[in-house]
Amino acid sequence: MDEAMTHVPPLRAATRRVFLVRSSGATAALVLGASAATVSHAPPAHATPAMLEAAIRGVVGNAPLRPGKITLDLPPLAENGNSVSMTVSVDSPMTEADHVKAIHVFNEKNPQPHVLSAALGPRAGRAQLTARIKLNDSQTVVAIAETSVGEFWRASAEVIVTLAACVEEQPS
Amino acid sequence: MSHALISVPKAVKRGQVFEIKTLISHRMETGFRADAKGQLVPRDIIQRFTCTYNGVEVFNLKLSPAIAANPFISFFTVATESGTIALRWTGDNGFAVEETVSIKVE
Repeated sequence: MDEAMTHVPPLRAATRRVFLVRSSGATAALVLGASAATVSHAPPAHATPAMLEAAIRGVVGNAPLRPGKITLDLPPLAENGNSVSMTVSVDSPMTEADHVKAIHVFNEKNPQPHVLSAALGPRAGRAQLTARIKLNDSQTVVAIAETSVGEFWRASAEVIVTLAACVEEQPS
Repeated sequence: MSHALISVPKAVKRGQVFEIKTLISHRMETGFRADAKGQLVPRDIIQRFTCTYNGVEVFNLKLSPAIAANPFISFFTVATESGTIALRWTGDNGFAVEETVSIKVE
């Protein structure tokens, strides 16, 4: 385990070799019965939980965030962080008077905290969207729904990523 | 040349909520990755996706580098009348693709 960790070079200049070393480190950790997450790296300057909070506050202001009504569907374990299917749905009548205006998704440890923002309205009929996202590390993903009556609903999901995005393949 | 796949039911009933699924080929380069020489590869992503139904916007999505390559996006809308649904993707380096599908409302 220790050996695997000392072999982890800085990710900034990730090369194929780095990836191979890193992945073999992860394998070693798995063999040792440890979670792959423990091999976690010091990724390139990435968002921090504080940046996540700041990004969320940038969108919702000081409004209270309440749990409930919103569901964030993500696999608890993602083999490949390059593409993780995510569904956000909100329980809303989607009428002119009461509908979801926006859905925002944030993450904790990608280089930037923002993932997506969707604008919708009564014409959507159902407040639900699906997209595939990249996850740089095992982390918490947060979804926020903003309703036309000014409420904010929040849901979060923990995802364990065994192969982080951004290191798998070299750009050509 | 970007290639888009769109899935919409052929015919729907008035007032029915139906799903629109889209997939477009795009590398969604994050701008945070280094190439073999250690140079950062410049960002190249789709920034915005919009859907209009007979000219009225029903859904729009702001994308970030955290969206996976070849973005898959699915969402819902209410069938109001027959007509066209236009889907538009725009992004870095002048990327702009528009696809339209017709929808029949019974």
